[in-house]
Amino acid sequence: MNNMQRRKIINGTVLVLSTAAAMIGLVMLTWILGDVAIKGASAINWDFFTQLPSPPGDEGGGLANAIVGTLLMTVVATLISVPFGVMAGTYLSEFGRQTALGSTARFVADILVSAPSIVIGVFVYLLVVKTMGNFSGWAGAIALSIIMLPVITRTTEEMLRMVPKEMRESALALGAPYCKMLVQVIYRCAMTGMITGIMLAVARVAGETAPLLFTSLNSPYWMQSMNEPMANMTVALFNYAMSPYDDWHAKAWGMAFLITMSVLVVTIITRISLHKRS
Amino acid sequence: MNQATRKLSGDTIFRALTMTFAAGVVLLFVTLIVVLWKESQLSIDAFGFGFLFSSDWNPVTEKFGAWIPIFGTLVSTFLALLFAIPLSLGIALFLTELAPAWLRTPFGTAIELLAAIPSIVYGMWGLFVLAPLMADHVQPWLGEHLGFIPLFSGPSMGIGMLTASLVLALMIIPFIASVTRDVFLMVPQNLKEAAYGLGCTTWEVARDITIPYGKKGIVGAVFLGMGRALGETMAVTFVIGNAYHLSWSLFAPGNSIASTLANEFTEADGDLYLSSLIELGLVLFLITFTVLTLAQLWLRRGMQESDR
Repeated sequence: MNNMQRRKIINGTVLVLSTAAAMIGLVMLTWILGDVAIKGASAINWDFFTQLPSPPGDEGGGLANAIVGTLLMTVVATLISVPFGVMAGTYLSEFGRQTALGSTARFVADILVSAPSIVIGVFVYLLVVKTMGNFSGWAGAIALSIIMLPVITRTTEEMLRMVPKEMRESALALGAPYCKMLVQVIYRCAMTGMITGIMLAVARVAGETAPLLFTSLNSPYWMQSMNEPMANMTVALFNYAMSPYDDWHAKAWGMAFLITMSVLVVTIITRISLHKRS
Repeated sequence: MNQATRKLSGDTIFRALTMTFAAGVVLLFVTLIVVLWKESQLSIDAFGFGFLFSSDWNPVTEKFGAWIPIFGTLVSTFLALLFAIPLSLGIALFLTELAPAWLRTPFGTAIELLAAIPSIVYGMWGLFVLAPLMADHVQPWLGEHLGFIPLFSGPSMGIGMLTASLVLALMIIPFIASVTRDVFLMVPQNLKEAAYGLGCTTWEVARDITIPYGKKGIVGAVFLGMGRALGETMAVTFVIGNAYHLSWSLFAPGNSIASTLANEFTEADGDLYLSSLIELGLVLFLITFTVLTLAQLWLRRGMQESDR
């Protein structure tokens, strides 16, 4: 066997292996999504969206309170983290490119983006739940907002930096003060990008479970206020999947389907809007 | 004059305001560490450094040691990377070099979307679909053919270290693969064409041009994937088995730091028990902090070198 043949054989082997890897990846991932879609779609019906959970072991009922709880906590978390994150991101991009505070905050935000979400849950338990004396929807929303915050901070910074220098210069040349230039020109230019970042952060926390386990807990009832344990889809999914009841397993698949679909829809919409822009 | 000062002060206020929020991010991080440290003091005083290396975990006698969860976290992450790295590199290579042009975008997008699926969905799928399959088919087969190696001995229970690592690998593959693909795409076309022009095969171009050129980015991606795998809770908790055993067998159930917290935190009744769990959380945070810091430094160094 000469050298050329040897090289061709090695090349062929690697190409086959690489294609196989791609196929394995694709098959596994279609398998997961397929299972979620097939088993989940069959569990979803009108009751699923409108009824309260039935007592353990009883058939029927739905998860209306968990769906509302997840939506409410996500909205509150967004309301907390967006102003905070946008302001911090503005500092990083506009005033803090070279300062010590700027680079520290940037570094910390990058660490927090990938920090284990369960540790955030423990932190909020100690900070909020222990202080207030009970598990609550507020604690859950705060935990989620801490997870969103670094994502929003960093995307805001990136998006503001992408605004062309000429836009800033022309606004300043017209005599606009710096903050007016930011609010009326730069924020407007970067709006699509910033909203995209916020949407991606929302998509990320919508499926988070770990930070809610010890903060909002879960509840089989309608919430009276955010000061008490609050039902939510992901913790309910966890409890239902770990339960011994077949009907609850079916509902867990239903929730998995609902969560996956919402996250994928949000992600696809943001991708399309980003694509249009670039 | 008057107006000019007012404008100036508006800017100053705005600047101070944004600065406060940026400082808030840093403050949050510092508070996180301080609170965890303070609340784990009870356990630190009781067990000292031995906490990290003791494999006791007994809520009844109030003896706690972190070794089994730490070991489980490290082993499951290591195995997950062992499965995920070659597959991700294969996928990235396929996406940049082999796939027909019409397939690249949809396939690449599909991989990126999979990175967005919540981890609890992976965990649940692992419990209901993968674990029975492992118990009925994969593990008996491995036991029969490789059972003489202690790693593959023991009863086939489905849930355990091996299944947890596989689910974890599935979860980080899309992440590592899509970053690696982006890195491969940044290799200048000229370099590749020059190599092809010299008569290199596709693999030789990948081995000698693409991979060395993108090495920094690939290592960075692996580090970030590792950071994710270390702290991942839901994908692991469903399938790791939650048992305090040290075993050579990968079929045996184990525990990771995150799964211990998920299962026991709300049920911890003693102060020392709770404090030990908080210390576990602190340990997990410090491990991921170290890995992520290394990743940051590595990537930053990479950027500086390519600037030159």
